[in-house]
Amino acid sequence: MTIHAQQRFDSLIEADERIEPDDWMPEEYRQTLVRQIAQHAHSEIIGMQPEGAWISRAPSLHRKAILIAKVQDEAGHGLYLYGAAESLGTTRAELLDRLHTRRQKYSSIFNYPTPTWADVGAIGWLVDGAAIANQVPLCRCSFGPYGRAMVRICKEESFHQRQGFQILLRLTEGTAEQKQMAQEALNRWWWPSVMMFGPPDSESVHNARNMAWGIKRFTNDELRQGFVDMTVPQAELLGLTIPDPELRWNDERGHYDFGEPDWEEFARMVRGEGDLPEQRLRVRREAHENGAWVREAAAAYAARQRQAA
Amino acid sequence: MNADWPRWEVFLRARRGLSHTHVGSVHAADGETALQAGRDLFTRRQEGISLWVVPSEQVVASDPDDQDSLFEPADDKSFRFPTSFELPSEVDQM
Ligand SMILES: [Fe+2]
Ligand SMILES: [Fe+2]
Repeated sequence: MTIHAQQRFDSLIEADERIEPDDWMPEEYRQTLVRQIAQHAHSEIIGMQPEGAWISRAPSLHRKAILIAKVQDEAGHGLYLYGAAESLGTTRAELLDRLHTRRQKYSSIFNYPTPTWADVGAIGWLVDGAAIANQVPLCRCSFGPYGRAMVRICKEESFHQRQGFQILLRLTEGTAEQKQMAQEALNRWWWPSVMMFGPPDSESVHNARNMAWGIKRFTNDELRQGFVDMTVPQAELLGLTIPDPELRWNDERGHYDFGEPDWEEFARMVRGEGDLPEQRLRVRREAHENGAWVREAAAAYAARQRQAA
Repeated sequence: MNADWPRWEVFLRARRGLSHTHVGSVHAADGETALQAGRDLFTRRQEGISLWVVPSEQVVASDPDDQDSLFEPADDKSFRFPTSFELPSEVDQM
Protein backbone atom coordinates (compact mmCIF):
# COMPACT_ATOMS: atom_id res chain seq x y z
CA MET A 1 0.00 0.00 0.00
CA THR A 2 1.13 3.51 -0.63
CA ILE A 3 0.06 6.57 1.32
CA HIS A 4 -1.38 7.75 -1.96
CA ALA A 5 -3.78 4.76 -2.04
CA GLN A 6 -5.03 5.36 1.49
CA GLN A 7 -5.54 9.06 0.74
CA ARG A 8 -7.43 8.25 -2.40
CA PHE A 9 -9.69 5.83 -0.50
CA ASP A 10 -10.29 8.40 2.25
CA SER A 11 -11.13 11.15 -0.19
CA LEU A 12 -13.54 8.91 -2.11
CA ILE A 13 -15.34 8.06 1.15
CA GLU A 14 -15.25 11.72 2.18
CA ALA A 15 -16.88 12.74 -1.12
CA ASP A 16 -19.52 10.00 -0.70
CA GLU A 17 -18.28 8.35 -3.89
CA ARG A 18 -18.38 4.60 -4.40
CA ILE A 19 -15.49 2.19 -3.90
CA GLU A 20 -15.23 -0.39 -6.69
CA PRO A 21 -13.65 -3.86 -6.47
CA ASP A 22 -10.37 -2.91 -8.24
CA ASP A 23 -9.77 0.05 -5.94
CA TRP A 24 -7.31 -0.17 -3.09
CA MET A 25 -9.19 -0.46 0.22
CA PRO A 26 -8.14 -1.00 3.84
CA GLU A 27 -8.02 -4.68 4.71
CA GLU A 28 -10.50 -4.15 7.54
CA TYR A 29 -12.99 -2.50 5.18
CA ARG A 30 -12.69 -5.49 2.84
CA GLN A 31 -13.08 -8.03 5.66
CA THR A 32 -16.05 -6.20 7.14
CA LEU A 33 -17.80 -6.18 3.78
CA VAL A 34 -17.03 -9.81 2.96
CA ARG A 35 -18.49 -10.83 6.31
CA GLN A 36 -21.53 -8.59 6.10
CA ILE A 37 -22.39 -9.37 2.47
CA ALA A 38 -21.80 -13.10 2.94
CA GLN A 39 -23.98 -13.25 6.04
CA HIS A 40 -26.62 -11.30 4.18
CA ALA A 41 -26.42 -13.79 1.30
CA HIS A 42 -26.61 -16.75 3.69
CA SER A 43 -29.73 -15.21 5.27
CA GLU A 44 -31.43 -14.91 1.89
CA ILE A 45 -30.95 -18.57 1.01
CA ILE A 46 -31.63 -19.96 4.50
CA GLY A 47 -34.72 -17.74 4.53
CA MET A 48 -36.11 -19.83 1.68
CA GLN A 49 -36.69 -22.71 4.10
CA PRO A 50 -39.43 -21.53 6.49
CA GLU A 51 -41.55 -20.25 3.59
CA GLY A 52 -40.56 -23.02 1.21
CA ALA A 53 -42.05 -25.43 3.73
CA TRP A 54 -45.46 -23.84 3.08
CA ILE A 55 -45.45 -24.07 -0.71
CA SER A 56 -47.14 -27.47 -0.74
CA ARG A 57 -49.69 -26.31 1.84
CA ALA A 58 -50.59 -22.89 0.42
CA PRO A 59 -54.39 -22.52 0.56
CA SER A 60 -54.91 -21.96 -3.18
CA LEU A 61 -53.11 -22.38 -6.49
CA HIS A 62 -52.80 -18.59 -6.71
CA ARG A 63 -51.15 -18.34 -3.28
CA LYS A 64 -48.88 -21.24 -4.18
CA ALA A 65 -47.71 -19.47 -7.35
CA ILE A 66 -47.07 -16.25 -5.39
CA LEU A 67 -45.12 -18.07 -2.70
CA ILE A 68 -42.99 -19.94 -5.25
CA ALA A 69 -42.18 -16.61 -6.92
CA LYS A 70 -41.21 -15.06 -3.60
CA VAL A 71 -38.99 -17.97 -2.56
CA GLN A 72 -37.38 -17.89 -6.00
CA ASP A 73 -36.69 -14.17 -5.51
CA GLU A 74 -34.94 -14.94 -2.22
CA ALA A 75 -32.67 -17.43 -4.01
CA GLY A 76 -31.90 -14.66 -6.49
CA HIS A 77 -31.13 -12.22 -3.68
CA GLY A 78 -28.63 -14.72 -2.32
CA LEU A 79 -26.99 -14.98 -5.75
CA TYR A 80 -26.77 -11.19 -6.25
CA LEU A 81 -25.10 -10.93 -2.86
CA TYR A 82 -22.69 -13.84 -3.31
CA GLY A 83 -21.68 -12.15 -6.55
CA ALA A 84 -21.00 -8.87 -4.70
CA ALA A 85 -18.96 -10.69 -2.03
CA GLU A 86 -16.95 -12.53 -4.68
CA SER A 87 -15.94 -9.23 -6.23
CA LEU A 88 -13.92 -8.68 -3.02
CA GLY A 89 -11.69 -11.64 -3.82
CA THR A 90 -13.40 -14.56 -2.15
CA THR A 91 -15.07 -17.52 -3.87
CA ARG A 92 -18.60 -18.87 -3.86
CA ALA A 93 -17.36 -22.28 -2.69
CA GLU A 94 -15.47 -20.74 0.23
CA LEU A 95 -18.48 -18.70 1.34
CA LEU A 96 -20.84 -21.67 1.22
CA ASP A 97 -18.31 -23.72 3.12
CA ARG A 98 -18.17 -21.08 5.87
CA LEU A 99 -21.97 -21.23 6.14
CA HIS A 100 -22.04 -25.02 6.20
CA THR A 101 -19.36 -25.24 8.89
CA ARG A 102 -20.96 -22.49 11.04
CA ARG A 103 -18.00 -20.15 10.61
CA GLN A 104 -20.42 -17.53 9.30
CA LYS A 105 -23.92 -16.88 10.54
CA TYR A 106 -27.22 -16.09 8.91
CA SER A 107 -29.98 -13.94 10.40
CA SER A 108 -31.44 -15.71 13.44
CA ILE A 109 -34.92 -14.54 12.36
CA PHE A 110 -35.07 -17.72 10.25
CA ASN A 111 -34.70 -19.90 13.33
CA TYR A 112 -38.26 -19.21 14.47
CA PRO A 113 -40.93 -21.79 13.63
CA THR A 114 -43.79 -21.16 11.15
CA PRO A 115 -46.66 -23.30 12.49
CA THR A 116 -49.57 -21.74 10.53
CA TRP A 117 -50.37 -20.13 7.18
CA ALA A 118 -50.67 -16.80 9.00
CA ASP A 119 -46.95 -17.04 9.82
CA VAL A 120 -46.26 -16.86 6.08
CA GLY A 121 -48.25 -13.63 6.03
CA ALA A 122 -46.45 -12.28 9.09
CA ILE A 123 -43.04 -13.10 7.61
CA GLY A 124 -43.82 -11.19 4.42
CA TRP A 125 -45.31 -8.21 6.22
CA LEU A 126 -42.91 -7.93 9.17
CA VAL A 127 -39.71 -9.77 8.30
CA ASP A 128 -39.55 -8.56 4.71
CA GLY A 129 -40.77 -5.19 6.00
CA ALA A 130 -37.89 -4.98 8.47
CA ALA A 131 -35.51 -6.19 5.77
CA ILE A 132 -36.66 -3.36 3.50
CA ALA A 133 -36.13 -0.78 6.25
CA ASN A 134 -32.61 -2.16 6.65
CA GLN A 135 -31.87 -2.49 2.96
CA VAL A 136 -33.10 0.79 1.50
CA PRO A 137 -30.20 2.77 3.08
CA LEU A 138 -27.80 0.01 2.00
CA CYS A 139 -28.56 0.95 -1.63
CA ARG A 140 -26.22 3.90 -0.92
CA CYS A 141 -23.51 1.73 0.63
CA SER A 142 -20.02 2.98 -0.19
CA PHE A 143 -19.09 -0.35 -1.80
CA GLY A 144 -20.50 -0.21 -5.34
CA PRO A 145 -21.39 -3.88 -5.99
CA TYR A 146 -23.19 -4.18 -2.63
CA GLY A 147 -25.22 -1.03 -3.28
CA ARG A 148 -26.16 -2.19 -6.78
CA ALA A 149 -27.23 -5.61 -5.49
CA MET A 150 -29.37 -3.87 -2.88
CA VAL A 151 -31.10 -1.71 -5.50
CA ARG A 152 -32.10 -4.83 -7.38
CA ILE A 153 -33.21 -6.56 -4.18
CA CYS A 154 -35.25 -3.61 -2.89
CA LYS A 155 -37.20 -3.49 -6.15
CA GLU A 156 -38.26 -7.08 -5.58
CA GLU A 157 -38.89 -6.88 -1.83
CA SER A 158 -41.87 -4.61 -2.09
CA PHE A 159 -43.99 -7.39 -3.59
CA HIS A 160 -42.89 -9.68 -0.75
CA GLN A 161 -44.15 -7.31 1.89
CA ARG A 162 -47.42 -6.62 0.12
CA GLN A 163 -48.28 -10.27 -0.46
CA GLY A 164 -47.65 -10.96 3.24
CA PHE A 165 -49.83 -8.08 4.35
CA GLN A 166 -52.57 -9.24 2.01
CA ILE A 167 -52.47 -12.77 3.42
CA LEU A 168 -53.12 -11.32 6.88
CA LEU A 169 -55.74 -8.91 5.54
CA ARG A 170 -57.71 -11.81 4.05
CA LEU A 171 -57.46 -13.74 7.33
CA THR A 172 -58.64 -10.76 9.39
CA GLU A 173 -61.64 -10.43 7.07
CA GLY A 174 -62.45 -14.11 7.63
CA THR A 175 -63.86 -16.17 10.49
CA ALA A 176 -63.07 -15.54 14.16
CA GLU A 177 -60.62 -18.46 14.03
CA GLN A 178 -58.84 -16.99 11.04
CA LYS A 179 -58.56 -13.62 12.71
CA GLN A 180 -57.24 -15.33 15.81
CA MET A 181 -54.67 -17.14 13.68
CA ALA A 182 -53.48 -13.80 12.28
CA GLN A 183 -53.23 -12.28 15.77
CA GLU A 184 -51.19 -15.21 17.06
CA ALA A 185 -48.79 -14.95 14.13
CA LEU A 186 -48.31 -11.25 14.90
CA ASN A 187 -47.67 -12.16 18.53
CA ARG A 188 -44.97 -14.60 17.45
CA TRP A 189 -43.25 -12.36 14.90
CA TRP A 190 -43.46 -8.86 16.36
CA TRP A 191 -40.53 -8.96 18.78
CA PRO A 192 -38.23 -11.04 16.60
CA SER A 193 -38.84 -8.49 13.81
CA VAL A 194 -38.07 -5.55 16.12
CA MET A 195 -34.84 -7.32 17.10
CA MET A 196 -33.83 -7.85 13.46
CA PHE A 197 -32.15 -4.43 13.55
CA GLY A 198 -29.57 -5.78 15.95
CA PRO A 199 -28.54 -4.78 19.48
CA PRO A 200 -29.22 -1.27 20.82
CA ASP A 201 -26.76 1.42 19.72
CA SER A 202 -25.27 1.54 23.22
CA GLU A 203 -24.08 -2.05 22.72
CA SER A 204 -23.40 -2.13 19.01
CA VAL A 205 -19.63 -2.39 18.58
CA HIS A 206 -19.11 -1.46 14.96
CA ASN A 207 -21.81 1.17 14.47
CA ALA A 208 -19.50 4.20 14.46
CA ARG A 209 -16.80 2.73 12.24
CA ASN A 210 -19.27 1.35 9.69
CA MET A 211 -21.08 4.69 9.59
CA ALA A 212 -17.78 6.49 8.94
CA TRP A 213 -17.05 4.09 6.09
CA GLY A 214 -20.45 4.65 4.55
CA ILE A 215 -21.34 0.97 4.95
CA LYS A 216 -24.09 1.89 7.38
CA ARG A 217 -26.18 5.03 6.98
CA PHE A 218 -28.43 4.84 10.04
CA THR A 219 -27.89 3.30 13.46
CA ASN A 220 -29.74 0.17 14.62
CA ASP A 221 -32.01 2.20 16.89
CA GLU A 222 -32.86 4.73 14.17
CA LEU A 223 -33.83 1.95 11.79
CA ARG A 224 -35.81 0.18 14.50
CA GLN A 225 -37.76 3.34 15.28
CA GLY A 226 -38.53 3.84 11.60
CA PHE A 227 -39.83 0.29 11.35
CA VAL A 228 -42.10 0.65 14.39
CA ASP A 229 -43.46 4.00 13.16
CA MET A 230 -44.23 2.52 9.76
CA THR A 231 -45.80 -0.70 11.03
CA VAL A 232 -48.10 0.40 13.85
CA PRO A 233 -50.69 2.09 11.57
CA GLN A 234 -50.63 -0.98 9.32
CA ALA A 235 -51.46 -3.23 12.29
CA GLU A 236 -54.33 -0.89 13.16
CA LEU A 237 -55.62 -1.23 9.62
CA LEU A 238 -55.62 -5.00 10.04
CA GLY A 239 -57.43 -4.63 13.36
CA LEU A 240 -54.66 -6.57 15.09
CA THR A 241 -52.97 -5.73 18.38
CA ILE A 242 -49.21 -5.38 18.61
CA PRO A 243 -48.09 -7.35 21.68
CA ASP A 244 -46.42 -4.43 23.46
CA PRO A 245 -48.24 -2.77 26.39
CA GLU A 246 -45.79 0.15 26.33
CA LEU A 247 -46.50 1.03 22.72
CA ARG A 248 -47.97 4.54 22.40
CA TRP A 249 -47.63 7.61 20.22
CA ASN A 250 -45.32 10.26 21.64
CA ASP A 251 -46.42 13.65 20.35
CA GLU A 252 -43.30 15.39 21.57
CA ARG A 253 -40.90 13.04 19.80
CA GLY A 254 -43.14 12.56 16.80
CA HIS A 255 -42.51 8.82 17.12
CA TYR A 256 -44.02 5.80 18.80
CA ASP A 257 -42.57 4.83 22.17
CA PHE A 258 -42.20 1.11 22.55
CA GLY A 259 -41.01 -1.47 25.06
CA GLU A 260 -37.61 -3.09 25.39
CA PRO A 261 -37.19 -6.33 23.43
CA ASP A 262 -35.98 -9.42 25.26
CA TRP A 263 -32.27 -9.12 24.45
CA GLU A 264 -31.56 -12.31 26.40
CA GLU A 265 -33.67 -14.19 23.90
CA PHE A 266 -31.91 -12.38 21.08
CA ALA A 267 -28.53 -13.51 22.42
CA ARG A 268 -29.77 -17.10 22.68
CA MET A 269 -31.01 -16.98 19.09
CA VAL A 270 -27.75 -15.49 17.82
CA ARG A 271 -25.86 -18.28 19.58
CA GLY A 272 -28.02 -20.67 17.57
CA GLU A 273 -29.68 -22.49 20.44
CA GLY A 274 -32.58 -24.84 19.80
CA ASP A 275 -33.35 -27.51 17.17
CA LEU A 276 -34.17 -25.31 14.21
CA PRO A 277 -30.65 -24.00 13.47
CA GLU A 278 -29.45 -27.59 13.27
CA GLN A 279 -32.27 -28.45 10.88
CA ARG A 280 -31.74 -25.37 8.69
CA LEU A 281 -28.06 -26.21 8.23
CA ARG A 282 -28.74 -29.89 7.62
CA VAL A 283 -31.27 -29.07 4.87
CA ARG A 284 -28.79 -26.60 3.35
CA ARG A 285 -25.87 -29.05 3.41
CA GLU A 286 -28.02 -31.83 1.95
CA ALA A 287 -29.18 -29.56 -0.87
CA HIS A 288 -25.54 -28.73 -1.58
CA GLU A 289 -24.37 -32.34 -1.46
CA ASN A 290 -27.31 -33.61 -3.49
CA GLY A 291 -26.48 -31.07 -6.17
CA ALA A 292 -22.84 -32.15 -6.42
CA TRP A 293 -23.44 -34.60 -9.25
CA VAL A 294 -25.15 -31.88 -11.31
CA ARG A 295 -22.20 -29.52 -10.86
CA GLU A 296 -19.75 -32.28 -11.74
CA ALA A 297 -21.71 -33.52 -14.75
CA ALA A 298 -22.12 -30.03 -16.21
CA ALA A 299 -18.42 -29.28 -15.67
CA ALA A 300 -17.43 -32.60 -17.31
CA TYR A 301 -19.75 -31.92 -20.25
CA ALA A 302 -18.33 -28.41 -20.70
CA ALA A 303 -14.74 -29.79 -20.59
CA ARG A 304 -15.59 -32.37 -23.24
CA GLN A 305 -17.19 -29.75 -25.50
CA ARG A 306 -14.08 -27.58 -25.22
CA GLN A 307 -11.88 -30.51 -26.20
CA ALA A 308 -14.05 -31.36 -29.18
CA ALA A 309 -13.97 -27.76 -30.41
CA MET B 1 -12.11 -32.85 -10.66
CA ASN B 2 -12.83 -29.23 -9.84
CA ALA B 3 -16.57 -28.78 -10.22
CA ASP B 4 -16.62 -25.10 -9.25
CA TRP B 5 -18.19 -23.49 -12.26
CA PRO B 6 -16.44 -20.43 -13.67
CA ARG B 7 -17.87 -16.94 -13.35
CA TRP B 8 -19.57 -15.10 -16.22
CA GLU B 9 -20.42 -11.43 -16.51
CA VAL B 10 -23.98 -10.83 -17.67
CA PHE B 11 -25.07 -7.99 -19.96
CA LEU B 12 -28.71 -7.21 -20.62
CA ARG B 13 -30.42 -5.21 -23.36
CA ALA B 14 -33.44 -3.69 -21.63
CA ARG B 15 -35.28 -3.00 -24.86
CA ARG B 16 -34.74 -2.42 -28.56
CA GLY B 17 -32.67 0.67 -29.24
CA LEU B 18 -30.57 0.37 -26.06
CA SER B 19 -27.11 -1.15 -25.60
CA HIS B 20 -26.43 -4.18 -23.48
CA THR B 21 -25.57 -3.08 -19.93
CA HIS B 22 -23.70 -5.00 -17.27
CA VAL B 23 -26.15 -6.32 -14.65
CA GLY B 24 -24.11 -8.77 -12.57
CA SER B 25 -22.56 -12.21 -12.74
CA VAL B 26 -23.44 -15.88 -12.57
CA HIS B 27 -21.57 -19.15 -12.23
CA ALA B 28 -22.08 -21.74 -14.94
CA ALA B 29 -20.22 -24.63 -16.58
CA ASP B 30 -20.49 -23.17 -20.10
CA GLY B 31 -21.93 -20.29 -22.09
CA GLU B 32 -25.23 -21.96 -22.79
CA THR B 33 -26.02 -22.65 -19.14
CA ALA B 34 -24.65 -19.21 -18.20
CA LEU B 35 -27.32 -17.72 -20.48
CA GLN B 36 -29.99 -19.82 -18.77
CA ALA B 37 -28.76 -18.77 -15.34
CA GLY B 38 -28.65 -15.13 -16.45
CA ARG B 39 -32.18 -15.41 -17.73
CA ASP B 40 -33.43 -16.96 -14.46
CA LEU B 41 -31.61 -14.43 -12.32
CA PHE B 42 -31.99 -11.13 -14.13
CA THR B 43 -35.13 -11.26 -16.27
CA ARG B 44 -37.98 -12.54 -14.12
CA ARG B 45 -39.85 -9.25 -14.48
CA GLN B 46 -39.47 -8.27 -18.13
CA GLU B 47 -36.17 -6.50 -17.45
CA GLY B 48 -34.82 -7.24 -20.90
CA ILE B 49 -35.03 -8.84 -24.33
CA SER B 50 -31.45 -9.96 -25.00
CA LEU B 51 -28.53 -11.30 -22.96
CA TRP B 52 -24.77 -11.54 -23.42
CA VAL B 53 -22.53 -13.59 -21.17
CA VAL B 54 -18.73 -13.21 -21.13
CA PRO B 55 -16.26 -15.27 -19.09
CA SER B 56 -15.18 -12.98 -16.24
CA GLU B 57 -11.53 -13.93 -16.68
CA GLN B 58 -11.66 -12.62 -20.26
CA VAL B 59 -12.46 -9.08 -19.20
CA VAL B 60 -9.48 -6.78 -19.61
CA ALA B 61 -9.82 -3.79 -17.30
CA SER B 62 -7.92 -0.56 -16.88
CA ASP B 63 -5.98 -0.16 -13.65
CA PRO B 64 -7.64 2.27 -11.20
CA ASP B 65 -4.13 3.58 -10.41
CA ASP B 66 -3.92 4.77 -14.01
CA GLN B 67 -7.17 6.65 -13.74
CA ASP B 68 -5.51 10.06 -13.67
CA SER B 69 -3.09 9.47 -16.51
CA LEU B 70 -5.74 7.83 -18.66
CA PHE B 71 -8.75 10.00 -18.11
CA GLU B 72 -7.66 13.36 -16.80
CA PRO B 73 -6.24 14.93 -19.99
CA ALA B 74 -9.80 15.77 -21.04
CA ASP B 75 -9.89 18.22 -18.15
CA ASP B 76 -7.70 20.87 -19.79
CA LYS B 77 -9.31 20.48 -23.19
CA SER B 78 -12.61 22.10 -22.40
CA PHE B 79 -12.78 23.30 -26.02
CA ARG B 80 -13.98 19.80 -26.85
CA PHE B 81 -17.27 20.75 -25.23
CA PRO B 82 -19.61 23.02 -27.19
CA THR B 83 -20.52 25.01 -24.08
CA SER B 84 -16.98 26.45 -23.88
CA PHE B 85 -17.70 28.65 -26.94
CA GLU B 86 -19.53 31.84 -26.20
CA LEU B 87 -21.35 33.02 -29.28
CA PRO B 88 -23.68 35.94 -30.04
CA SER B 89 -27.16 35.23 -28.78
CA GLU B 90 -28.45 35.12 -32.40
CA VAL B 91 -26.65 31.82 -32.91
CA ASP B 92 -27.09 30.54 -29.38
CA GLN B 93 -29.04 27.51 -30.57
CA MET B 94 -26.08 26.31 -32.65
FE1 LIG C 1 -34.72 -11.11 0.14
FE1 LIG D 1 -37.98 -10.91 0.62
